[in-house]
Amino acid sequence: MTRPVETRIPANDITVARRKDASVAVVGNPNSGKSTLFNRLTGLKQRIGNYPGVTVERHVGTLRTGDTSIELVDLPGTHSLSAHSLEERIAVDVILGRMEGTQAPDGILAVLDATNLYQGLFLVQQLVELELPTVVALTMTDAAERSGVDIDTAELGALLGVPVYPVVATTGAGLDMLRRALADIRELTPPRRVRVWSELAEAAESLAREAPEPLRFAEVERLLIDGPTDANRDTVVRLGGRAAARIDATRAALFGDEPPIAKDARIRYAWVRDVLGKVQKSAPAYASWRTRITDFLNRPVPGTIGLFVVMAVVFQAVFAWATPFMDLIDAGTAALSASVFDSLGNTAFASLIADGVVAGVGSVIIFLPQILILFVFIILLEDSGYLARAAYLMDRAMRSVGLSGQSIIPMISSFACAVPGIMATRVIPNRRDRIATILAAPFMTCSARLPVYALLIAAFVPAANVGFLNLQGLVLFGLYLFGIVMGVFTSLVMRKTTLRGPKPSFALMLPEFRRPNLQTVAIQLLGRVRVFLKRAGTVIFAVAVVIWALAYFPRSDEIPAGVDDNTAAALQLEQSYLGRAGKAIEPVFEPLGWDWRVSSAVIASFPAREVVIAVLGTVYAVGDEADEGTLSERLKSAVHPDGTPIFTLPMVIGLLIFYACCLQCAATLAIIRRETNTWRWPVFAWVYMTALGYAGALAAYQLGTA
Amino acid sequence: MKFNGNTLASLKRGQKGVIQAVDPVDPQVQRLMVLGLVEGAEVEHASSAIGGDPMEFRLFGSGISLRQEHARFFQVAPVSAAGD
Repeated sequence: MTRPVETRIPANDITVARRKDASVAVVGNPNSGKSTLFNRLTGLKQRIGNYPGVTVERHVGTLRTGDTSIELVDLPGTHSLSAHSLEERIAVDVILGRMEGTQAPDGILAVLDATNLYQGLFLVQQLVELELPTVVALTMTDAAERSGVDIDTAELGALLGVPVYPVVATTGAGLDMLRRALADIRELTPPRRVRVWSELAEAAESLAREAPEPLRFAEVERLLIDGPTDANRDTVVRLGGRAAARIDATRAALFGDEPPIAKDARIRYAWVRDVLGKVQKSAPAYASWRTRITDFLNRPVPGTIGLFVVMAVVFQAVFAWATPFMDLIDAGTAALSASVFDSLGNTAFASLIADGVVAGVGSVIIFLPQILILFVFIILLEDSGYLARAAYLMDRAMRSVGLSGQSIIPMISSFACAVPGIMATRVIPNRRDRIATILAAPFMTCSARLPVYALLIAAFVPAANVGFLNLQGLVLFGLYLFGIVMGVFTSLVMRKTTLRGPKPSFALMLPEFRRPNLQTVAIQLLGRVRVFLKRAGTVIFAVAVVIWALAYFPRSDEIPAGVDDNTAAALQLEQSYLGRAGKAIEPVFEPLGWDWRVSSAVIASFPAREVVIAVLGTVYAVGDEADEGTLSERLKSAVHPDGTPIFTLPMVIGLLIFYACCLQCAATLAIIRRETNTWRWPVFAWVYMTALGYAGALAAYQLGTA
Repeated sequence: MKFNGNTLASLKRGQKGVIQAVDPVDPQVQRLMVLGLVEGAEVEHASSAIGGDPMEFRLFGSGISLRQEHARFFQVAPVSAAGD
């Protein structure tokens, strides 16, 4: 449900209300505690935008100390300035001032994880070479201390040529000093160059010196290492006409037959090891509770069983824990509707408020508790480092279907919403692997499918217990499994046909388990809830009102006097615009066992699948005024004209399969278009998934009633 | 060229080794070098997933996972016997 459209603004529209004194890029390895530090420094004063042309999130926050105001830009985590994935490329382009529509930063806040100096220094050393004012925040110093690592920060600062501030982002220790340093970052002398690789530095300098316009040394160095790629085409142009030949000659002399990235890594890591020997008094030891958990889950069998237990607990919790809250909201909505009729009388306006707005929006809001619980779990799993472990454990299984373990993270995120899930595929370097994952992601049971499942399960699956498990929870778990199977099946077929190619690659950092930071969890959760409520308040509100109007008008004057209220309401609905439309398409859905009311609800939900609840809530409220019961009770009592129930078990199973398969989500189609850069894939996904849903529902109903 | 003899792939669980040579032809191997698997680095085989693949190594305190087929591009000198 984190369809992020509403909270996004293009990067060049971001205006700062107050005069900003400097813009600082926050750069660090993935999992270095960068986002926790960023949240700690900026609090809730953050804006989320997009970089132009790409869907990578741009997080901007403001840090105020006294009367200075510093703009902090949280960049995607990266290991090196040689970009490997799309996210890394964004980080590098912003740092080097190559990103269209954004200014080069005035300074850099380099985030260095005290428990992982080795990889951290590899990046920080490259940052220092940029010769921008730089401040290093040494994070997780508490964790480093606990594991027996003792770091000489003064010596580290001297070797890097930049100030180093030890902090503990989770408790706030050391942050005041860091804030003051950032406020004065413009006055900071840029670091003197650390000459880690003097041949490269000299070659870059001599090229930069002869360029017709001023060029930063670091840009030329990147060009020499990465070669004339798309990203640094501009640098080649600015080096002047004859530069191309000189670049080739210089690269040949520097690297010979060795891949430049390999030689660069060898030389810089040798320097890092040398620095580590000087500043790190003792190497990290593993003795914490984290290590014991990690060690246990590292064993192949307990690890894999653990993964399934975690997922089963999550889905069980989503169903069981939310029930009391949902009952409360349900009762509240019913009471509100009743009081509207009491105070306004049985008028068209009262019907609009009670049957349209309250019933429609209320029937979606009711799922907020379940969505909150699901999001809390997914955020906690991500923040604790468990999702990376899941990718590692599942790599082999994913490989057998033509994907890699890296596809697991987008798929698990898609259980919340396919939009961030599809965006998470950006860490997958190969395009074929990426598209196969993108096509599988919309099959994962997202939080918009959850309300549909929840309604139908609560109404038609008995709340019996099977052992210590709840039958309703088991059916829900089964639907989640069904989504996974369909997604995996789809990517397998794609990888064997259109997207045939070499085996997907896999290299992944496995962070130690860490206690998730409450502030980070809260900020993420609030953002997602806000998007959900905003949709309920806008799209779903509008659909509820339109559907109410289509069901209420035109008023019939041919209803015979003397029939009871219920029959009169049913006759009215049948000849309304909605009734007529539903009847027109009924033949298409009749083989699935749907009547015209279900058909029109399904059609109305193609832009956003959870709308089906609002529409069912509205059409069954209007058609059944005598019944004060809840929506699920009204569904149970719905009958065909011949008196047989509409919602029979085969029909409900078919409807569940239809919703499990169908791509009823305009936001997902839009994000597939954006991420694949062609209409081919969203159109294909829509046609394929709709056909699959129809066929599945048809099979379930026809086999079930035969 | 994949190395014969001791490579990352042949380290036992709990065993440590120092990387002696890397064959960087495969881009995937170059990526692993950017992540710190270069000559002179000491690694410990921490775990394997079901079926022994992929493998997880500890490198200066962090976990890094890679597949057996890539582990064979890293020649190591074992520095300790297999642990537990």
